Amino acid sequence: MKGTGLFKILIGGLAAYELLGMMKAGNKTVLRPPGAVDEDEFLALCIRCGKCNQACPYDSIKMGKENLGFGIGTPYIDARDNPCRLCDDYPCVNVCPTDALTGINNVYDVEMGLAVIDTKHCIAYQGMRCEVCYRECPLIDEAIKLNIYVKPDDPTHAVFAPIIDPEKCVGCGICEERCVIENPVAIRVKPRVIKGIF
Amino acid sequence: MELSRRTLLKATAISMTMAVAGCKKKEAKPSGTEVAIAGESTEPDEWKSTVCRFCGTGCGVLVGIKDGKVVATKGDPDNRSSRGLNCIKGFYVGKILFGKDRLTKPLIREDKSKKGTMEGFREASWEEALDLVAKKLKENYEKDPKSIAFWGSGQQTIMDGYVSVKLWKAGLLNNNIDPNARLCMASAVTGFMSTFQSDEPMGSYKDLDEADVFVTWGANMAEMHPVLFSRLTARKIANPGVKLYDITTRHSRTSEVADSVLVFRPQSDLAIANAIANYLIQNKKYDQKFIDEHLQFKAGTENLGHSFKDDYDVTDGKDADKVWNITFEEYKQSVSTYTFEKAAEISGVPAADIETLAKEFGDPDKKIMSLWTMGMNQHTRGTWINNLVYNIHLLTGKISKPGNGPFSLTGQPSACGTAREVGVFSHRLPSDMVVSNPEHRRYTEMIWNLPAGYLDPIEKPGFHTVKMFRELGKGNVKFLWSMSNNWGQTMPKLNRYRGKDADGKGVLDGFIVVSEVYPTKSTELADVVFPAAMWVEREGQFGNAERRTSVFEKCTEPPGEAKWDIWTLVQVAKRVLDGKMIGNKAAFDVLFGNIWDYDKNDLLEDGHEVNSRLWAEYRSFTNPHESTNKEIQELGKKLKLKAKQMAPYEEYFKQHGICWPVREVNGKWVETNWRYVHGKQEEGYDQYGVEEFGTVGKYKDIDFYKSDDHRPSVIFRPFEDAAEIPDAEYPFWLCTGRVLEHWHSGSMTRRVPELHRAVPEAFCEVHPEDAKALGIQNGDLVKVVSRRGEVQVKATTKGRGNPPKGLIYVPFFAEETLINLVTLDCYCPISKQPDYKKCAVKIVKA
Repeated sequence: MKGTGLFKILIGGLAAYELLGMMKAGNKTVLRPPGAVDEDEFLALCIRCGKCNQACPYDSIKMGKENLGFGIGTPYIDARDNPCRLCDDYPCVNVCPTDALTGINNVYDVEMGLAVIDTKHCIAYQGMRCEVCYRECPLIDEAIKLNIYVKPDDPTHAVFAPIIDPEKCVGCGICEERCVIENPVAIRVKPRVIKGIF
Repeated sequence: MELSRRTLLKATAISMTMAVAGCKKKEAKPSGTEVAIAGESTEPDEWKSTVCRFCGTGCGVLVGIKDGKVVATKGDPDNRSSRGLNCIKGFYVGKILFGKDRLTKPLIREDKSKKGTMEGFREASWEEALDLVAKKLKENYEKDPKSIAFWGSGQQTIMDGYVSVKLWKAGLLNNNIDPNARLCMASAVTGFMSTFQSDEPMGSYKDLDEADVFVTWGANMAEMHPVLFSRLTARKIANPGVKLYDITTRHSRTSEVADSVLVFRPQSDLAIANAIANYLIQNKKYDQKFIDEHLQFKAGTENLGHSFKDDYDVTDGKDADKVWNITFEEYKQSVSTYTFEKAAEISGVPAADIETLAKEFGDPDKKIMSLWTMGMNQHTRGTWINNLVYNIHLLTGKISKPGNGPFSLTGQPSACGTAREVGVFSHRLPSDMVVSNPEHRRYTEMIWNLPAGYLDPIEKPGFHTVKMFRELGKGNVKFLWSMSNNWGQTMPKLNRYRGKDADGKGVLDGFIVVSEVYPTKSTELADVVFPAAMWVEREGQFGNAERRTSVFEKCTEPPGEAKWDIWTLVQVAKRVLDGKMIGNKAAFDVLFGNIWDYDKNDLLEDGHEVNSRLWAEYRSFTNPHESTNKEIQELGKKLKLKAKQMAPYEEYFKQHGICWPVREVNGKWVETNWRYVHGKQEEGYDQYGVEEFGTVGKYKDIDFYKSDDHRPSVIFRPFEDAAEIPDAEYPFWLCTGRVLEHWHSGSMTRRVPELHRAVPEAFCEVHPEDAKALGIQNGDLVKVVSRRGEVQVKATTKGRGNPPKGLIYVPFFAEETLINLVTLDCYCPISKQPDYKKCAVKIVKA
């Protein structure tokens, strides 16, 4: 039965999560470089050679240490620290000797993750003219757009609220890097690793 | 069901997500709209009212203090210009105080060979530094009065500027004083003066709430005046018929919100504006009665050429500002060649788009607001394009009334209040007066207690900014003192003014004093650096674009030995004026005695008292009726100085800013939002101005009482091309400017970690097709090269701005990317403001 199956999966998953926790791995989902196939396949295909890391002109691609658990030695990106710049020629994908990173012809093929705005902490939502994430987005007016509306408590001003188009956002993380708000950062990129399970 | 490795991993991911969602990390308190300066929120003991340190919008900022330290900031809801809103710069303005490398000790250069770097300095006592500066100033002044210069700023406080002017013009009888506002607002000033004979806009920000059509002319308001753009946008979205036309050389964030974007070839805005005027005339869409009652027509000198050469002002450009009266018919004839087709040919904007905009102006029922900034001012025909936009508004009578008006947005926080209103210009005196007018000098002499004729030696204007730096480069100016600016980064054609070019060596040989808060590209060129108190480390005043004067309270002590600029100015004055007499009194006592503590032999310790006394003196320029001196009363009335009437100092603290002219009505000081139009003062109209200097009941209740014959001028100005036009060797136009996140040369905003994180480096916007043709990829390092210099910068093909083919855009905030090495220092022959928006460059892959 489908329900039981899912339940089993979840039990198994939680067990695995606890296991990883016991390994003090602090395991978490991470952003993979452009063109990374689904996470499990990626882990299988990536031979931990580090070529993508060397090819990245921005040193954005890091190699996982024990903190990545099973992903030790695999490439990942910490968007807040140094996001993917979406190079026109994707050197990381081109040097990948396996199909761990593959299938990128242009920016729209990239599916690293999805930016999510914390509207409670985003100051643009309170009327401040910030919108740094929007202006710095390499897919400005596509991945991040502005929802402009009259400020509810002050009809003489408008709110310029950034919104994400999940169809267009490629998850490069530049918005997360540039966000001016700390603790918590008001826009975060969630890796797209669970895509397609349901 | 068997758990494969694949499903296990997916399940792990889900579970992890759930786990994370279930046990949220401890979060800091929501930031709200309040900024905790040190990262952790501290409850302030009190909130003081201030205004933002950055642009000319003049947003109110409340500063939270605890134990004498600035601990928090938030928007000031009682500031009538911003109503509590800030942009991201204003949001973080409190953090500019805390850069790690604040200048806290006077520095004296030991090693002149290290000029151009921050090496070769030693720390010195204030006494030694002041003595040295005064000695050099006096020495050079006595040898050749033309060899000294002061370069002030639209970022000085009003009183800082006032003291600078008084020291230079009355103390040293010298007109070599000019502000960085020359690089920013000078064309707006000469535009106002030539059209209206009175500086600064007639309308106010309130027009943004009422206009039916907005036209941005060379103004990326979305980024450069973010809070005002929020107000414009609110009007637009709440009233679906309201339109925004963006006339620009590059698709910007403003264009994104616009209904119609007219991307024109640089300089051809002159042709577009004339074509609109021509349409109005040919189709009789002007307001005949407005013309009959209120206007006069003029023509001026044409074929002005360009100011490449240092002697331009006395040769080709010497009659540039001459105008003479013509008839309406003559004006009609002159403008008739500017058909839509011709304008389209010159500008590249489709004729139909220009026509659509022209029809908006031709609609008598539409209220139209034109807004502009550096696109129009930094223009080798900057005065002309200002005149031409006024022409359109005047011909249609769309001016001075709520929602109707040409509105010059200001760049700097106090370009209006300081540079313009107290006259920190080589040709000006306080309150709209000029040195060349004997009555203006006489009036100033009376306010400053100087004998009749004392100011006659300053009859002739001194060096305007470009001239000042050209003369410095040639070694003719030997002493320069700059304050609240960063010429070492922001002057155009920078190789010359950094002493690299053959005709710029004087910069290295001259004696240069820089009053600063952080090390900059200018302190690198200094011989003495005075560490300055910044922003709320002293009390000060700014005047914004809508004539609003606001004060900021002192909130904290400056770090180390940093001092208020007025203290420094007066200390130098004390030394340099030593022994000089005015009549039978010591010059220093006459000029600065009222703010000097003779017991302590120092500036009065109470900064508020110093400001109050200076304000009372400055205010007396605009309140001649309060004087006991009959001559001041009479001459003041004749010169209509009450047209700029200022309120008593304490009123500004009470009201969080007031727009001049400020009138006393039933014991209350009431601001003016629309000048020259009669109506109730309490409703924002210029009731008392019109009643005192004009006639009530004229057409549309308007009397342009400051204009010659009460008639502003419609001045015919033709299209003349740019100073440097792209050619085969240098095929691209270069446009420079700002980004929202950084202020000017970045010396403050780049020290705010959040703002630096937001935009850490400069970029070069290139059209994707141009990039492709040149083999440039997004993110590639390119060299931007002109006849004057080159700079390396990262190319971007899809940025916040999207230039058309053939044009690139580079911001100037980053000192490691000195784009001004590339720009050209040709200026408008009338305003003397250089053009940062267009010159010819090539780009090559670095």
